[in-house]
Amino acid sequence: MLPSSSPAPKNSTNSESGAPGSPAPKTIEELDSVTIRFAGDSGDGMQLTGTQFTDAAALFGNDLATMPDFPAEIRAPAGTVAGVSAFQLHFSSHEIKTPGDDLDVLVAMNAAALKANIADLEIGGILVVDLAGFGEKDLEKAEYSESPLRHGALDAYRVIEVDITGQTVRAVEHTGLKGRSAELCKNFFTLGMMYWLYDRPVEHTLSWIQTKFGPKTKYKDKPEIASANQAALLAGFNYAETVELFASSYRVKKAELPTGKYRKISGNEATVFGLIAAAQKAGLEIVYGSYPITPASDVLHGLSRQKHFGVTTFQAEDEIAAMASIVGAAYAGALGVTATSGPGICLKSEAMGLAVMTELPMVVIDVQRGGPSTGLPTKTEQSDLLLNMFGRSGDSPLPILAAKSPSDCFNMAYEATRIALKYMTPVVLLTDGYIANGSEPWLIPDPDALPFILTNRALSPAPGQGEYLPYLRNPETLARPWPIPGTPGLEHRIGGLEKAQNTGKISYDPGNHDAMTRERAAKVAGIAKDIPAQTVEGDPSADVLVVSWGGTYGAVSTAVGDCNANGIRLAHAHIQYMNPFPANLRQILGSYKQVAIPELNMGQLRMLLSGTYGIPAIGINLVRGKPFRISYLVDKFERIVKALA
Amino acid sequence: MSTTLETTAAPGSSETPAALTRKDFASPVAIRWCPGCGDYSILTAVQGVLPTLGIPKEKFVFVSGIGCSSRFPYYMNTFGFHTIHGRAPAVATGVKLANPDLQVWVITGDGDALSIGGNHFIHALRRNVDLKIILFNNRIYGLTKGQYSPTSAVGTVSPSTPFGSVDQPLSPLSLALGAEASFVARTSDNDVKHMTEVFAAAAAHKGSALIEVMQNCVIFADKVHEPYYGRQAKQEHLLYLEHGKPMRYGKENEKGLALKGLSVETRENPADADVLVHDTKETSGTLAYMLSRLSHPDYPVPVGIFRDVVRTTYHEAAKAQVDAAKAKSPADLGKLFNSGSTWTV
Repeated sequence: MLPSSSPAPKNSTNSESGAPGSPAPKTIEELDSVTIRFAGDSGDGMQLTGTQFTDAAALFGNDLATMPDFPAEIRAPAGTVAGVSAFQLHFSSHEIKTPGDDLDVLVAMNAAALKANIADLEIGGILVVDLAGFGEKDLEKAEYSESPLRHGALDAYRVIEVDITGQTVRAVEHTGLKGRSAELCKNFFTLGMMYWLYDRPVEHTLSWIQTKFGPKTKYKDKPEIASANQAALLAGFNYAETVELFASSYRVKKAELPTGKYRKISGNEATVFGLIAAAQKAGLEIVYGSYPITPASDVLHGLSRQKHFGVTTFQAEDEIAAMASIVGAAYAGALGVTATSGPGICLKSEAMGLAVMTELPMVVIDVQRGGPSTGLPTKTEQSDLLLNMFGRSGDSPLPILAAKSPSDCFNMAYEATRIALKYMTPVVLLTDGYIANGSEPWLIPDPDALPFILTNRALSPAPGQGEYLPYLRNPETLARPWPIPGTPGLEHRIGGLEKAQNTGKISYDPGNHDAMTRERAAKVAGIAKDIPAQTVEGDPSADVLVVSWGGTYGAVSTAVGDCNANGIRLAHAHIQYMNPFPANLRQILGSYKQVAIPELNMGQLRMLLSGTYGIPAIGINLVRGKPFRISYLVDKFERIVKALA
Repeated sequence: MSTTLETTAAPGSSETPAALTRKDFASPVAIRWCPGCGDYSILTAVQGVLPTLGIPKEKFVFVSGIGCSSRFPYYMNTFGFHTIHGRAPAVATGVKLANPDLQVWVITGDGDALSIGGNHFIHALRRNVDLKIILFNNRIYGLTKGQYSPTSAVGTVSPSTPFGSVDQPLSPLSLALGAEASFVARTSDNDVKHMTEVFAAAAAHKGSALIEVMQNCVIFADKVHEPYYGRQAKQEHLLYLEHGKPMRYGKENEKGLALKGLSVETRENPADADVLVHDTKETSGTLAYMLSRLSHPDYPVPVGIFRDVVRTTYHEAAKAQVDAAKAKSPADLGKLFNSGSTWTV
């Protein structure tokens, strides 16, 4: 749900920045939910500030969703709009599914950060600026002809001007830290101010600083770093209180979430956990072959720290080798896994075809980003659906799943592994930059309650079979056996050439190729019997069905909920199994007068559904590198419903 | 050739396997190489070496790419994987990482390894993945019907170069040495005994082993190696490298290689003291590289083991990290899920 109340109290007056007023009792107002964005230069530590605030909100018990937004360049020219890095956090006293549309609070550490982000701040929202980032040079780099802080340009907002950098330098002076090093503590000063504003304790971050920079770290010879950052945090908190920066502080109550133990999790972390859990439950080791690529590299980083689960990570020489290596690993009896993004899938496609032909179990994760070509490496999109569906030579079907949220990456990575092992097939899992980097609370599952996963591993030749038959299919699943090198009696040869049925030997026979092509297709299509039926949310009796997939779930589902609450009746089906589709999808699609498909691409699911079921649909398509805004979808949905009436 | 045929400890096999013979490795599949193709004798040599290694049959895996040579796995009664063009070293790396107990052989050609698969070739050698790579070098693309390859001499007339090729060929061995290969050798398809010795030494080597086999394509590049490895020519034009032995060649061993500046020169009737002595263990790789630059007709063509040095293998180092991690922490999913900050609702 969107926050219905603005965090800015209507009856409050504008606080003058830095002007100490007479002490007043602290007033605390309650809010439903708040969306904050911390924005600064790439080197300003905004991701860290955002992450710390997120932890504080999570530990307090809020529901939350986050979205980092950073440039593709590691250090774009300092002070420019291109170099702005931001972290957005939405926290709430009720269940939320997105990092929020409009901002209630924007923290801008310099002029460029203001310029890049001010359009998203709600009218009347709080704008905190660091005056030190608005000097002549900063304005020039941000291409402002005059300071936006003057002449009433920001009158629509509650502007809080603080010399954050100057205050920080003074606050850390006693630690001995000086100059640029002292200035770098400004993100903690900012965080301290925000902790006061939202009535959060500072203890968690104080101890985090100790863990990160304390005596047991590589900073052990520089104790001033830990003490300066801690001092900056406290100074920011006290500054906000003492000078009454804000008319009052705010509290967002705990959310009513299902009971249990929670942690914060990002999509890429959840993917790592899901893969490890599934491999453990299948009794397999993982060979993860990968080439670094944004936004998938965190899966490589994450898995490489979990070697004690029998995880071997292989940073290959290129995307092709990464894919080829996991084909080899799967052949030799490990769970082969790779993750990449769209350009990587392009390079992997030949070896993915080999995996389809040799029917070996592996998981290929595509963390989608803006394309084509290098496109928008750090921005999100869902435009690789058709690439993964059809981007190989020949008729080359493989199952495709799509995760709907950061924590859902755990479920879908687990499910992708199950399907790969049960059906002896490569499986593609689609996530995207938004859910991969975004995070939300995750109800920690009980490992003992996770289902075991069976494999098709062959232990010995069937008695009386004579010659070993590596393509003798399981009549129910159509999976072939998994004969692993090293097993006596199972010696056999496979490869990319067409296989004869059962024997797996090379065959150029026309009838055999036709039969094997159909068998491969039937095997994948048959998985529809083994996946959950498609569910419909919202108002199932509506005339209009909204169909979505992947990382847009949060925005679409929230927009559908908002519409229904306002009498705009909508049903909503969010698809997680892209190939094969759930068996009941045809019947669902045929039950509505109108189908609308919002996607962060130019209509790929729409094409797939119309090609599969012949159902016309209205596309709602945006490719701005960002998730859908809820308000945008609400507006589109309203028009579609009204046009039908 | 002084390489002995002593068997080496099979990776991971403690039990004594039943004595295997050449027949155990022959597959019933009909061989479809052209009559007279050099590949047949390579197959014969490999099938002769494997039973001598003391490794159970099921522990051998043959991985190949695409090309005439890459049909090889189908003709071996072992585990085999005929993969895609150029990618065999990458697939084989995955096989070895998943199951270090296997002895993995890669079968490739000059087009497969050096053109489309150049990157994987380089990096498999650089990492010292324990793969035995046999590169069939016939200086031509056979399966695609005769186009020139990265090892074809300048001026090679082929369907794609009717006026002669214009690009410089490369030496597979120089490339391998540049990629830090720990075992580099050359042998020829017309000398089964020599091939057998070289293959056995490669099998005994811990780490990646590259063996270039000068191989004859009877259809598209017939007799391409004949000027130096033919029955009549080889005494004059091949230099048989043996560790610790002077580099002499010729009918009466009357010629030798001697250092000259930063390269070598051929000398007639040189004094023993002037003749270079071969050293496969020379650590810098300079000697091996110098030898890899020698080509017909200006120099004798060296055959045998150029380099054989000990270096940590990739799969062992990778496995050691996994084993150390396992010894340190149990595989506890609950602990993984609960790592970091948690809270209870």
